[in-house]
Amino acid sequence: MGMAVKLHPLHGLWALTNRELAKWYKAPVILIISLIQPIVWLAFFGKSMNFATMFTSGLNIPGLNIPKQVIDEIASEVLKANFGTTDYFSFLAVGMLSFITLFTSLQSGMSIVWDRRLGGVLSKLLTTPVPRGGNIVMAKVLNSMIRSLVQATIVLIIAMLLGMSLNPSLNPLDILGAYAALALMSMGFASLFVTLALRSTSWESQMAIMNLLNMPLMFASNSFYPVKSMPWWLKPIAYVNPLTYVNDINRQLLLGVTGYNLLLDFTYLIAFAAIFSIIGIVLSWRYLSEA
Amino acid sequence: MEVAIKAINLTKRYGNFTAVDHINFEVYYGEVFGFLGPNGAGKTTTIKMLTTVTRPTEGTAIINGYDVIKQPAKVRESIGVVPQEYTADEDLTGWENLMLIAALYGIPKREARERAAELLDMVELSYAADRKVETYSGGMRRRLEIAMGLINRPAILFLDEPTLGLDAQTRAAIWDYVYRLRRQYGTTIFMTTHYLEEADQYAERVAIIDHGKILAIGTPKELKEKVGGDVITIEVNGDVNTARKVIEGIDGVSGVTVNGNTITFKVRNGNTAAPPIILEALNKLSIRATSITIKEPTMDEVFLEFTGRRLRDEEGSSEEFMRFRRTVARARR
Repeated sequence: MGMAVKLHPLHGLWALTNRELAKWYKAPVILIISLIQPIVWLAFFGKSMNFATMFTSGLNIPGLNIPKQVIDEIASEVLKANFGTTDYFSFLAVGMLSFITLFTSLQSGMSIVWDRRLGGVLSKLLTTPVPRGGNIVMAKVLNSMIRSLVQATIVLIIAMLLGMSLNPSLNPLDILGAYAALALMSMGFASLFVTLALRSTSWESQMAIMNLLNMPLMFASNSFYPVKSMPWWLKPIAYVNPLTYVNDINRQLLLGVTGYNLLLDFTYLIAFAAIFSIIGIVLSWRYLSEA
Repeated sequence: MEVAIKAINLTKRYGNFTAVDHINFEVYYGEVFGFLGPNGAGKTTTIKMLTTVTRPTEGTAIINGYDVIKQPAKVRESIGVVPQEYTADEDLTGWENLMLIAALYGIPKREARERAAELLDMVELSYAADRKVETYSGGMRRRLEIAMGLINRPAILFLDEPTLGLDAQTRAAIWDYVYRLRRQYGTTIFMTTHYLEEADQYAERVAIIDHGKILAIGTPKELKEKVGGDVITIEVNGDVNTARKVIEGIDGVSGVTVNGNTITFKVRNGNTAAPPIILEALNKLSIRATSITIKEPTMDEVFLEFTGRRLRDEEGSSEEFMRFRRTVARARR
């Protein structure tokens, strides 16, 4: 009675991804809640932490009669030297794109724990002809990448509405590059967290790991401030943190500021994504078959 | 008959613990085969090995002609599995769950829709197709699980405790579906259970498993006969001792006991040959039988015979405890 259908290696990947996505777009409340954090950062923090006005509004040193033009000039040079642009809000907005991507990717570990908690979802998948290692895990990673990019797009649009100014000579290739950077980071982090969750049955421990890691990862990167303003002991962490490279790429492509070598940035991200997804696939082969 | 499932020295060890210990058995195409044993006997581990979820430590099994170790992908295409746990995704509807599983088997969309509609109709869930599974009752979920296990039209369907925790009415309904699908598709059915009546009533052949070993295989009738056949009780009017000698002399009779005017004994083929012969023999000696009862051994007795313990012990204890409490409560009044 067996079926004559020839199953290709990626068979089931899209069906499984779609299953995860369906849960997401059917529950818009969760989508909205997850967008609140980056938007609060942008609207509250980004709009208030206005370095440009700090320098220019009412800066008057008694005894010195510095012309306003000089202060403005100094201010813009200081800002440029630190942030690469005089527009801190746009600097932060790029950081928020990687922020939402990071948060979404960290959640991917939860969904595999959830599958296990529900009891049989995972054990059912293991009896179907889906190539077990790769596709079950990669569906979660792919789902995380798609969600990240959609949410990053919403954050980008809101940031633009709030006054983010993009590079005037922006071309479609730049946008493609920015999305590629976000997608690679999402792939790496989602693989890492799905792998960590493979043997876990505790929903709470996954939450704990997520909460433990998200803030340090954000602050040990150039999302809010440049690496060069960090203390010496934090810099090495920032330099291995993939967020630093995503932000660097996106500020160069979207804002037109100067940064590191783009080729090296992408190489680093590709290596990050490739290494962790391979580890995830290999370990899932081992762990899932004995489930 | 052709062999659908063949276990060859199938063994699973977890560290020092041997969950399944060199078991061998065959299940034929079109059969309803029951795996009977108490909790922890190795039933679920066996199903997990047969369905390629867990790798055997030793030995192997051939499913629909494919080796579970060497050709797991082929095995998975041949089988449907209804595990003990609920496997449907609670956040999706019944329909979406069926379509997901269909996609995982590579069934084209249009055909998947036809099959899903047909299966939902069979398990009487069409009305709830678009409801989220989290709103389903236990019986509804079980029925959905069975539909999910059948979406790929498997040659062999594995059911791990399909009626666990369901009320008698729902259990009967589930069995009704199982038999209907066998009629409709000729599916071979391998199921585990620890309900003795279910194994007795619904399985065509039963394997009794305990401590990872198969202790007996056969039709429920064969197993009962192995135990010593039917139990016959005769009450006589006349010389009991003569009657006893006559009965003991008849072929196939064993375990004769006398209590007053009542003689109890076991006999093979009790329903047909033995009673008329006995009655005739007694009649010749002018001993009249005032009453005669023939009792088939229950699966419970079969189980006791092979495993040395009652399957009901675990479940019975809580029931007895409740009865005891009720008695105490009444006494206090």
